[in-house]
Amino acid sequence: MTMPQAELSSPQPASWSWAVGRRALTYVFPFVVVAGIWQIASLFFPPFLFPSLVDVFKRCILIFASWSEFSDVLATVGRILAGLAGAFIVGAVLAVMMARSRAANEFLSPILTLFQGIPALSWVVFAIIWFHGVEPRIFFIMVMTTLPAFAFQVLSALQAMSRDLMEMVMSFRPNRVKLFRVMIIPAILPDILTAWKVNLGNASRVVVVAELVGATGGVGYELLQQQQVFDMAGALAWTLQLVFFVLIAQGVLTLIENIAFRYRAVSERSL
Amino acid sequence: MTTSQPIISLKQVSKSFGKAGGASSYTAVDRLDLDVGRGQMLALLGKTGCGKSTIFNMIAGLTEPSSGDVTIDGRNPFRDFDSFRGKIAIVFQGDRLLPWRTAVQNVELGLEMLDVPAEKRRTAAMHWLTTLGLRGHENDYPHALSGGMRQRVSIARAFATDANILLCDEPFSALDEMTGRSLRAEFARLVKQNGKTAVFITHSINEALEIGDRIVVLKRPANIAVDLPLTSETTETEKLAIRNQIQGVLAA
Repeated sequence: MTMPQAELSSPQPASWSWAVGRRALTYVFPFVVVAGIWQIASLFFPPFLFPSLVDVFKRCILIFASWSEFSDVLATVGRILAGLAGAFIVGAVLAVMMARSRAANEFLSPILTLFQGIPALSWVVFAIIWFHGVEPRIFFIMVMTTLPAFAFQVLSALQAMSRDLMEMVMSFRPNRVKLFRVMIIPAILPDILTAWKVNLGNASRVVVVAELVGATGGVGYELLQQQQVFDMAGALAWTLQLVFFVLIAQGVLTLIENIAFRYRAVSERSL
Repeated sequence: MTTSQPIISLKQVSKSFGKAGGASSYTAVDRLDLDVGRGQMLALLGKTGCGKSTIFNMIAGLTEPSSGDVTIDGRNPFRDFDSFRGKIAIVFQGDRLLPWRTAVQNVELGLEMLDVPAEKRRTAAMHWLTTLGLRGHENDYPHALSGGMRQRVSIARAFATDANILLCDEPFSALDEMTGRSLRAEFARLVKQNGKTAVFITHSINEALEIGDRIVVLKRPANIAVDLPLTSETTETEKLAIRNQIQGVLAA
């Protein structure tokens, strides 16, 4: 009887902690280098061009400490998540329709490709013309800019599902809900999480543009205020709020991946 | 116990597939008449590409015949698809285990479709894993199991639903000779012991002789070339004659 692979590749605790430490160091090192270069630049340039990192850090603390300012960060985060959730739901429904029907695919695919070609700034202009309220405008912009990617990524995942496994599950004659629960969702989950990771970065860039033009609050609006007073430390501090959010959200998605995909075999000679 | 009343019946069944680019269609099964008696263990033997798997998929209700009738207990397995839930179980050529489920969760799959309560599901799944020598591996994911172990899980998955009809599509062909032989013997014993009707597709004459109590050899496109009953009284000399006859048909 063959020895199970899991037993062969069980890591030792000591080497595991060393690996984690090394990985953390590798992850942090590029940030340290960029921060160091910036700090050196701040010694030679005026603060409105390259402010000291200490000043930027202080501004970050001020944003965290002030509810009125931190609520702007939360508003932006809420807009990103609402927009992504909306785009994901609509995109997934469209993808299922496209996967089930060739006619739907032939009809929707060019439309989504067309949407993909429209610049985010154009959607901002359309939203300002079509909608009155700030929130509907931003929600519309977020959905329209991330919808095609979600739809195409879910469609691709549905089409790439193993036909053999699908046939096996179908041989047990599941109803539609069970088919989704036992087969389709677990099969496409890796691609869905990847789609969220990719779109999270896109959405965080688009939301700033949307807020910059059409909002009275949020990180984009605050960036506009900093630009008007030439406050680089403030601009950086507000930008970092968004970066922190993206890093936290990516971390949460990675955590979900690690838990949900623990069934995957790991080769000692993997890429 | 084999009875003369057929449980699976194919009448003048044909299946054609269209070729890419609108070229003329390819006939995989040609006006096939085949009855399988209740409790019978039919070995369906033929060369690669002779339409065995197409017949298999039509009996399983996964493919519709181009013409003719396929019935199981008088009903059409393709059109009355849902009504066969829990009545047909399949062991595929590959193990086809869901990689995101542990061994025991894979065995429970068919029972989930039948809305069996979780506790009963687990008991039944563990019973079959134990029967097939996999106790202690129930929480392993498929990637951590060997090929033979994975195929045992897929057999356990098929037996767990207690379906009356078992369809097997070359389930041991990917295994080494020793593992394949022991699993085959175990499988045949379980089928007989549990009174199942089984259709066993194979391209191995030895496998057909070991497992079947009836061997149907197919020509291409799929139709019966020769239909050979076997009994427990069939002697080794008779089996040798049957082997030679099958070899002659397959070589033709």
